[in-house]
Amino acid sequence: MAPVATPFFFYLLSGIMLIGGILVITRKNPVHSALALIVTLLAQASIYLMLYAPFVAGVQIILYAGGIMVLFLFVIMLVSIDRSVKERQFNSQWIVGMIAATALGGLFIAVFMKGKNIFPEHALPVIENDNTQKVATMLYGQYMFAFEIASLLLLVAIIGAVVMAKKRI
Amino acid sequence: MQSMLHITTLHYLVLGAALFLLGVIGVLTRRNVVIVLMSIELILNAVNLNLVAFSRTWGGVHGQVFAIFVITDAAAEAAVGLGILIAFFRNKETVNIDEVNLLKW
Repeated sequence: MAPVATPFFFYLLSGIMLIGGILVITRKNPVHSALALIVTLLAQASIYLMLYAPFVAGVQIILYAGGIMVLFLFVIMLVSIDRSVKERQFNSQWIVGMIAATALGGLFIAVFMKGKNIFPEHALPVIENDNTQKVATMLYGQYMFAFEIASLLLLVAIIGAVVMAKKRI
Repeated sequence: MQSMLHITTLHYLVLGAALFLLGVIGVLTRRNVVIVLMSIELILNAVNLNLVAFSRTWGGVHGQVFAIFVITDAAAEAAVGLGILIAFFRNKETVNIDEVNLLKW
């Protein structure tokens, strides 16, 4: 099945992502920021689908939007008292921060202007339906060691998070 | 105008760079620690978008496998970071990073 109306969907989804990102960094209430981040993550999963990466899109929705953001919301409910909503929301060094971010933005623009022609024109490959098999073959074949290390890392992170949040060790 | 209608790799890279910039602004200018952590997640997502876009450009699924590992690491780091946040909140009753100044000389 050939792709249809690709520019429309790309600009729509990137608009949703950028608006969600701006809402994340400018809302006073952290719950609003978390919900905007969930919208951004879901739009990003759709862009992964546009990039013919359905497995990464599924992992993004299940793990990121369904796991990490729920964890964030739990912790926001635990720690956000009403006082933090009424205070000032930008910290005392925001001017230097904006200058540094502007310098980074200028660097990005310079790099993109210079290297515009490196990438090949999208020769449309065969639309594959075995993306998950390929990812699994690579994950359990070539990247087996990294896979085991990642599971060990998750174990360490779980133990660390439990120890950090206990009242009495 | 014609080049804006044909979506190439550069479009995805520019989108990833814009998200990265938003995350950097969020990390550098917000006072609430939870929002700083969420901006770090934005940065990681921008990197993931770059990885998957390149995996599409050059064929092969190496970029997607790397993106899956980045998502796994983001989960572990978010869990530990939020645990530290809870411990910090239990000590000081605030989530303001301007008040983390016990090491200030």
